[in-house]
Amino acid sequence: MPMRYSFGGDEHLFVECSEDMSLEAFFNSLSMTTGIKEAGIKGVTEICPANASFQIKFDPDVIHPDDVLSEVKAIEAAATKAEPVITTRIVEIPVFYNDPWTHETLMRFRERHQDPTGTDLDYAARINNYASVDEFIRAHSGSPWFVSMVGFVSGLPFMYQMVERKRQIQVPKYLRPRTDTPRLTVGHGGCFGCIYSVRGAGGYQMFGITPMPIYDPTQQTSYLKDFMVFFRPGDIVKFKPVDRDGYDQAVEDVDKGRFAPPIREVRFDLREFQNDIDGYNAKLEGVLNGH
Amino acid sequence: MAIKVIHPGLATTVQDLGRPGYFHLGIPEGGAMDRLSLKAANLLVGNDEGAAGLEAVFIGPKLEFTRDAMVAVTGAEMPIKVDGVEQPGWTALAVKAGQVLTFDFLKGGARIYIAVSGGIDVPTALGSRSTYPIGALGGFNGRAIAAGDELPVGEARKATEGKSIPEALRRRPGMPAELRVVPGLYWHRISEQAGRNFFEDEWKVAPEADRMGYRFRGGRPLDFVPREQPFGAGSDPSNIVDSCYPYGSIQVPGGTEPIILHRDAVSGGGYFMIGTVISADMDLIGQMQPHTPTRFVKVDIGTALQARKDRAALLGQIKALF
Repeated sequence: MPMRYSFGGDEHLFVECSEDMSLEAFFNSLSMTTGIKEAGIKGVTEICPANASFQIKFDPDVIHPDDVLSEVKAIEAAATKAEPVITTRIVEIPVFYNDPWTHETLMRFRERHQDPTGTDLDYAARINNYASVDEFIRAHSGSPWFVSMVGFVSGLPFMYQMVERKRQIQVPKYLRPRTDTPRLTVGHGGCFGCIYSVRGAGGYQMFGITPMPIYDPTQQTSYLKDFMVFFRPGDIVKFKPVDRDGYDQAVEDVDKGRFAPPIREVRFDLREFQNDIDGYNAKLEGVLNGH
Repeated sequence: MAIKVIHPGLATTVQDLGRPGYFHLGIPEGGAMDRLSLKAANLLVGNDEGAAGLEAVFIGPKLEFTRDAMVAVTGAEMPIKVDGVEQPGWTALAVKAGQVLTFDFLKGGARIYIAVSGGIDVPTALGSRSTYPIGALGGFNGRAIAAGDELPVGEARKATEGKSIPEALRRRPGMPAELRVVPGLYWHRISEQAGRNFFEDEWKVAPEADRMGYRFRGGRPLDFVPREQPFGAGSDPSNIVDSCYPYGSIQVPGGTEPIILHRDAVSGGGYFMIGTVISADMDLIGQMQPHTPTRFVKVDIGTALQARKDRAALLGQIKALF
């Protein structure tokens, strides 16, 4: 499918790589935005990759919108032929599923939910045909996730589950958005997982909470001293279930500046991944675990 | 070297011209909603046009100056008082150490800009002093100012007391307010009739209107071109696979109430957008109160670029005064 170009007023060019979400669409978006960055088009001030689309902002006093359009279109042919291979990071994120804080919050906003009688985990497990919440959590933490967009607010990652489409977890958003979500809630809406970087409004189903800060404007957190936002598009995430003790220990480690999330550099090849998803994911996990 | 906050107003924040460059991480550019008014206020007190000032919405703060300073208030119409004596807006006012700046009730517009010679000298965060409260970033400790705060002020430069910006060079939304919009983005998702209705109907600013976005009510709901929803988009016809949102873009969740994203925009999400307010009209939104009747006017890119030139020319006329 050809890319669709549209101006967002006189300062933005919006490009949709695909209407549907897929890793191919994300890689097209990523290689386009990388190509645009490398082209160094004068007047371009922001390049924002998204799940299956991207956006660039430009200064129309410096470059005419039509010239931005033609320069970006000129990159399309090369970018879509680019090898779908990236060197990226794989990171392990501890998650306390079914934690008391998201539980308190989901009970507080129960009347805004599709199923007021259960929890978000009960609901997600049921509509995705899992026999139990435990089985659902095993699926959620069993495969890695691709960070396909960073945004909404303050470094929030949108994550795409790295399994065949038929196995992907899908849930609707709340019927009406909540006005509150605990900071570092692990949520899910549509086909996307997320981690709420800050406390605030939200509509995604809530499954658990991570002790690992992913945004720190004070830059005190040990691994956020260089930059206040942890995630970058293209990162790969593996969730690791922890219990209350594990959660409390990690929170203490974060506070004392000694929490270090396991992070490894890894080469990801989309074609090899698609040839053998489970095998490839097992290899990724091996890299994470240092073998 | 400080301003003491006696009363903060409703939501008064330190703002400059923003921090472009981090929208791809969900950190919006922020900065004054009505940039022209902030620039004018800064020029009046001898600052660079992009110095940090205070943006106060609906209710002005009560501030005590601990040293002599040149002060200017621009933007919304709100009676200005120094030690209880009314002073003109859009004018350089010499305030003495110990004097108190207060405001009466808002008469028109929505946001005032208070510039002080030397600028509000809070530390920069990612290159800007603008406050982004959602991310606890920038401004005074990452939040709106509060009673008891002491705001640091920079080194003053020369300014002329009594200097004023003439009425003709101040820009305010009309009645009804008219916002020019370039249709696009996911415009194709609504029916032709809905597209016509959107521009024909009179809308009103809803109470949910802030630095992140302005919601509108009162027009006819938009109906959609039927389609099978794409994978990952969500089930509502107004859903898309989460994408970036341009500043000024108009999303219409459920097809009912349009929301224009402003300076503290969320950087992306899963609602379709039908177009974008042109850059020249973004300032006007910052001066619209809830219930303001509003018309959206369809324009093309050529008109948007001309309007941008006109706005730059207006700023040029203001600068020529100094």
